[in-house]
Amino acid sequence: MVYAGLFYVATLVLVVGLAYKIFDYSRTPAPLKIPTTPAPTTKPGVVYRMGKEVVLFESLFKSNKWIWLFGWLFHMGLFLVLARHLRYFTEPVWFWVDIVQPFGKYASIMMVAGLAGLFARRFLVDRVRYISTPSDYLMLLLLIGIGLSGMMMTFVVHTDIVALKAFFMGLMYFDVQPLPQDPILLVHLALVALLMLIFPLSKLLHAPGVFFSPTRNQADNPREHRHVAAWAARLDQNN
Amino acid sequence: MAAPEFDIPEIKDDIEVPKLREGAMSHVKSFPAARPAQEFLGYPGELADDWKERALGKMGDLLGKYRSLKVFLDACVHCGACTDKCHYYLGTSDPNNMPVARQELMRKVYRRYFTTAGKLFPGLVGAKELTRETLDEWYNYYYQCSECRRCSVFCPYGIDTAEITMAGREILDHVGIGQKYTNEILGKVIKIGNNLGLPGPALEDTLLGLEEDIEADTGVPVKMPLDVKGAEVLLITPSADFFSEPHVESLIGYAKVFHAAGTSWTLSSVASEAGNFGLFQANYEMMRKVAMRIRDAALELGVKRIVVGECGHAWRVAYSFWNTLTGIGYGADDPFSIELQKQLDHNYPQPQHICELTNDLIKSGRIKVDPSANDDLVVTFHDSCNVARASRMGDTPGGQFDIPREVIKAVVNNFHDMADGTIREATFCCGGGGGLLTDDLMEVRVKGALPRATALTNVVKEHQVNFLALICAICKAQFTKVLPKYGFDMSMVGGVHQLVSKAIKLD
Repeated sequence: MVYAGLFYVATLVLVVGLAYKIFDYSRTPAPLKIPTTPAPTTKPGVVYRMGKEVVLFESLFKSNKWIWLFGWLFHMGLFLVLARHLRYFTEPVWFWVDIVQPFGKYASIMMVAGLAGLFARRFLVDRVRYISTPSDYLMLLLLIGIGLSGMMMTFVVHTDIVALKAFFMGLMYFDVQPLPQDPILLVHLALVALLMLIFPLSKLLHAPGVFFSPTRNQADNPREHRHVAAWAARLDQNN
Repeated sequence: MAAPEFDIPEIKDDIEVPKLREGAMSHVKSFPAARPAQEFLGYPGELADDWKERALGKMGDLLGKYRSLKVFLDACVHCGACTDKCHYYLGTSDPNNMPVARQELMRKVYRRYFTTAGKLFPGLVGAKELTRETLDEWYNYYYQCSECRRCSVFCPYGIDTAEITMAGREILDHVGIGQKYTNEILGKVIKIGNNLGLPGPALEDTLLGLEEDIEADTGVPVKMPLDVKGAEVLLITPSADFFSEPHVESLIGYAKVFHAAGTSWTLSSVASEAGNFGLFQANYEMMRKVAMRIRDAALELGVKRIVVGECGHAWRVAYSFWNTLTGIGYGADDPFSIELQKQLDHNYPQPQHICELTNDLIKSGRIKVDPSANDDLVVTFHDSCNVARASRMGDTPGGQFDIPREVIKAVVNNFHDMADGTIREATFCCGGGGGLLTDDLMEVRVKGALPRATALTNVVKEHQVNFLALICAICKAQFTKVLPKYGFDMSMVGGVHQLVSKAIKLD
């Protein structure tokens, strides 16, 4: 069955690709202390700063309220929608996923509205238009396509959700079950698989990247602690 | 050689984001370094046939050594948050001066040669071959970035264009395209000990002359000691402080502070430069080599403390990198650093900024000041980019903003800040930092100063400000040259310790 194979491949690419990137980032040294200051002076402070960055998009908020609004709506919407989707991969469904369920349904509207705003900025603002590549537009269209096809099934034409869950539970236990042949569902799943495939190869790497960004994840304590990368420490031995 | 004529931008009521004008600054090219300057630093004298392999090889090398470069080249989503944050874009409207576009000059090459997507679908993701024209673009626009990090404050992933600019310059150096200004200065500091190329005897003469001037002026024999073994403090200050106006007024201020506090101190003739232009390229080894002079001088003179004068990028290197590069600081457990760290007095931060030192002395009452001596002045303060966004003073984050202001407010009665969004972490670069303080880049410097000049104009109108206080040698040199183009008098520019110098009470 095509979709079963597709999702195995997509999952493999996503997991291995991301794991490799994370391994690659973590093995690459940061030889100098370069936090953008003012910066926290302690580890807990760094965790707090990173938390604000990842959950609230603090720097983006300082920068541009429109990008912040659209970007935050999209990401928070996506987060809730993803959390809701855990119900198709767990049996019994975790209790908090049940709590998220109604929010997750309407969060899809947030998500698509945010994406539409980001898309509009790409051609309405001359500076953003100048820096946009074809893949920037296509990626937004891909996400909008995923959102709209999903919303169709949530709010308009329901699919056979029981059979769908059986399909994914089957994939997880290597016992492939038939997939309902609704066109909207097939489109939705194909787009999701495509997103999983391009994630580790594209700018979507901003997701793991932000955690490795030295300007955000370093503590501002260079006078108190000597910070030396391995390749740089070798220079000291010649003195 | 005079730079070509250009129009001085008009100062509007507020800082405005211009419509982009493609190619507006593509004609501006800094003078390239000549063969001897290149070769002295170990770079090729000119572009060789194998430049492409060399460039890509160096890029791969840097990608393996600097996580910042690798993450920053991957993570950008082209959201546009940085597009209106660079003073050079605001002043020139050239889209390649938008931080993301400046990064993209390298990112498109990175994608083509180092990423799967760029190898498979170059057109789709904006990947481009590395060509001779690419190198020209890099040279144009990586020398229109002052590495001020304003974009990194506003980027949701903290992408710092300075890291990419530095890498771009480093790659250019390695294929034989260096910048005359930076590379000649690096040669001088390595050969002679300071950026001005001022030899020891000339420095000694200058200091004696200054001592006479101070005594004639105040009647007090304030000393400017040089190479004194066993002094408590080694002062490392930009060499501009020895010769240039208004820099020298701050040097006089530091000397008066040490005199009034009764602290023994010395300058060093071999480490007679705080500036470290190695920072402006991504060249760790070069930066380390320049910084090692200071470690050597500290060991040689046996000093207990190392204090740094008013200089922005120098304070970044001193505060953020000296401990890493040379072991000036604390917390080391390796033999290389322990020797020096044992010698240093642990009651003080090492290195210490002159503003930290002066502020502590004023607060503790060990020096006395009379702010009414500056009553002819209405003062504002320009946060220097490297101090603001790449360093700290004092114990708490943000001390780099508060401590200089505390010093100023102790020695003047009239102080007004410029508008929010143009000061503290959002400060605008003077326009001359990061290796751009050269006459062949005057157009970039003047236009890049537009946001700062606009904020200054507003505070002058509103509060009759007549003095712009600075803690950076490059800011001082840049503003004395560039602010007159916007109708300001160059004498309104000076150091924080120039104000201290007037207000301090000497016995």
